[in-house]
Amino acid sequence: MLAVGLGHYLTVAAILFSLGIFGIFLNRKNVIVILMSIELLLLAVNINLVAFSAHLGDLTGQIFVMFILTVAAAEAAIGLAIVVVYFRNRGSIAVEDINVMKG
Amino acid sequence: MIAALAFYAFAAVLVTSAAMVVTSRNPVHAVLFLILAFFNAAGLFLLAGAEFLALILVIVYVGAVAVLFLFVVMMLDVNFAEMRSGFVRYLPVGGAIGVVLLAELLIVGLAWTVSPEAPRLLAAPIPEGVTNTQALGRVIYTDYIYLFQAAGLVLLVAMIGAIVLTLRDRPGTKRQDVTRQIDRSRRDTLDMISVPSGQGMTVPPKPEVAKPESPKPPEPAHTSHGGGHH
Repeated sequence: MLAVGLGHYLTVAAILFSLGIFGIFLNRKNVIVILMSIELLLLAVNINLVAFSAHLGDLTGQIFVMFILTVAAAEAAIGLAIVVVYFRNRGSIAVEDINVMKG
Repeated sequence: MIAALAFYAFAAVLVTSAAMVVTSRNPVHAVLFLILAFFNAAGLFLLAGAEFLALILVIVYVGAVAVLFLFVVMMLDVNFAEMRSGFVRYLPVGGAIGVVLLAELLIVGLAWTVSPEAPRLLAAPIPEGVTNTQALGRVIYTDYIYLFQAAGLVLLVAMIGAIVLTLRDRPGTKRQDVTRQIDRSRRDTLDMISVPSGQGMTVPPKPEVAKPESPKPPEPAHTSHGGGHH
């Protein structure tokens, strides 16, 4: 059972999610900070799932948090690999240059 | 009471460090604040009774993902100050979208209640007298075994993808080519010359042995001394 109400956890997660979205818009030129903002979004979702899992007494939420962690780790690895390859080819990671990537 | 205080402390640091992640000037600081955010989220998980996930969060996120970010940020020689040139321009629209989204989430959160049916519909109720790790293992290796395998597959594909993307064949690097080593014969590398005594000799140019596949010219460093591979 939760030490504080479920609403507290949901509020923290909502603020974190909004900060993640805010970060994506704020750092539109820096793809690394955009990836970090995506990590914040996934963390907010994980907090929601864990809070509901503890509130309802159901383990399924925690299991899905593990799967989200897996996908988030894979996404970060692939995203950073693409950033490194792109930097190696173009010498820059500016987001507005990436729209010329074709084929 | 102590748990509630800990919750508010963790939540405050979590939200503050998340705000610093998206607004900090130096991306290295952003990664370090991301690590702090992950630690505090792990604290929130602990307070909710998910000990295993809290430690997984510390190990996987702080130990692997955040270090990966730090590595990439430090490896790329990018002028990050120039990248922040649109920061003030994007601030109003980003702030507006963030505030609208937060308001929507809070409205949904306030207007929402747990269904009275919910306690009867649990898929995997938390068992009594069993640690969190053991309970998770009992569920994940039985009911969710296929999803578990699929998660492993996702990680495998991500690993292979990252390696394939970043592996490059630099010209000039010396690699061991086992096929070439085994294919070498004494005829290709060693010439027995009988030297008449007292006359000196001129080394004749070695005739190129016709190989079925010869995309690479033989390295002179290797042919000069016969077979230095070990």
